[in-house]
Amino acid sequence: MSQTLGLIFIIIGLAFDVFGCLGLVRLPDVYNRLQAATKCVTMGTCSILFGTFLTVGFSAAGMKALMCIVFLVLTTPVAAHAIARGAHRSGVALWRSSVVDQYAEDREGEN
Amino acid sequence: MKRTRWVIGSIFLTGLVIGIIVYPLPFLFFQELPHLPFLGRALYILLLAAAMCLYRINRGPTSADRIVAVDILGILIVGFCAILSISTGRSWYMDIGIAWALQSFIGTLALAKYLEKKGFEE
Amino acid sequence: MSPKIILFLFAFIVWCLFSWVPDGAHLLGGIVVALIVAFMMGDLVIQRPHLMLHPGRYVNFIFLYVPVFLWEVLKANIDVAYRVVHPELPINPGIVKVKTSLQSDIALTLLANSITLTPGTMSVDIDKDKSVLYIHWIDVRSSDIEAATRIIVERFEKTLRKIFEEGNKE
Repeated sequence: MSQTLGLIFIIIGLAFDVFGCLGLVRLPDVYNRLQAATKCVTMGTCSILFGTFLTVGFSAAGMKALMCIVFLVLTTPVAAHAIARGAHRSGVALWRSSVVDQYAEDREGEN
Repeated sequence: MKRTRWVIGSIFLTGLVIGIIVYPLPFLFFQELPHLPFLGRALYILLLAAAMCLYRINRGPTSADRIVAVDILGILIVGFCAILSISTGRSWYMDIGIAWALQSFIGTLALAKYLEKKGFEE
Repeated sequence: MSPKIILFLFAFIVWCLFSWVPDGAHLLGGIVVALIVAFMMGDLVIQRPHLMLHPGRYVNFIFLYVPVFLWEVLKANIDVAYRVVHPELPINPGIVKVKTSLQSDIALTLLANSITLTPGTMSVDIDKDKSVLYIHWIDVRSSDIEAATRIIVERFEKTLRKIFEEGNKE
C-alpha cells in the first residue's frame, strides 16, 4: 500500500519537474524563468523525496529524505531571491511587454 | 508561426516521453523490487528534464539565465539521488543528495553575490 | 532557558535524525558536536528565547500556517504548469511594491519564502527600513500598492504575526 502511494508521489514529482524545466526553456526572461523553475522543481523534488520516504519507510534513507525536504523548502526560495536581486542590480532588463517595474523607479530615486 | 513551433515541440516532447516509457534502456538495479522497471523510466525522465536545463545553460542570453539553470540542475540531481537510493537499496545515495543540495545552495549564493556586485563579461 | 540550551537540543535532534537509527557511538558523537555548536553559535542563532516557550505558537504554526502553505504551493504548481503548456504563454509580468507590518527577521524571511512559493509571485528585494517588499508578479492584476498588498501579503501576514511577533500573546 505505502509502496503504491510512494509511486504515485514519485510520478507527480516527475511530471512537475518536467513542467518546470519546460518553463525554463519556453518563458521569455530571467524573472519568469526563475518563477516557473523554482516553484515547479522545488515541489517536484520534494514530492519525489516524500515518495522515497513512503517507499523505504522509517529507515536511514527515509529519515534523510524527510530532512532533505525541510532543507530544500527553506533554501530554494532564498537562492531564487538572491539570483533575482543580483540580476536586477546588474542590469538585466525585464521582458519588453512587462507592465510595470516599481523596483527600478524606486532605485532611480536612490542613486 | 508560434502555433507551428508549439505543435512541433509538443509532438517531439510527447514522442520522447512515450519512447522512454515504451522502450526503456537498462539502468543500475541492485535490488529485487516489484516496481524496478518504473524506476528506470523515472531516471530517464529526470535526464530529459536535465537536458532542458543544459539547453538553457548553452543558449542563455545573459549570465543570469545560466546561473538559474545551474541552480535548477542541482535540485534535479537531489531527486536523481533519491530514486537511485530506492532502486539500489543503498542509503548513502541520500547522503550524496543532501551534500549536493548544500553545496549547490552555497554556490548559487556566491554566484548571485558576484553577479550583483560586478556582473559577468559575456 | 538560555539560547544555548535550546540550540543544543535542536542540534542534537537534527543529528539523531541524520544518523537514524541512533546507537551509542552516534549519540556520544552527537552530544560532543552539539555542545561545540551550541557554545559557538548560541547567541547568534536564537535571539528571542522567551518566545520559544509558548506552546500556542507551535500549534499555530502546525495547524494554521502549514496547511495553508501546502494548499497554496499545490495551486501555484498547477498554475505554472497551465501557463507553461499553453500555446500563447498567458503572462503579464511586472514588479510591484507591497507593504508589510512584520518586524522580526525570521518572520520576514518566512514571509518572503511563502510569497516565492505561492501562485505567480516571487520576492525580489526587501527594504526593512520602509517595510516594503518588491514582488515580481507573473500576472499583474493591480499595480496599486494597497490592492497588491491585499492580494499577495495578507494570506500569510496575520498567521505569521501570531507566530513570531511579540505583541499579541495567546
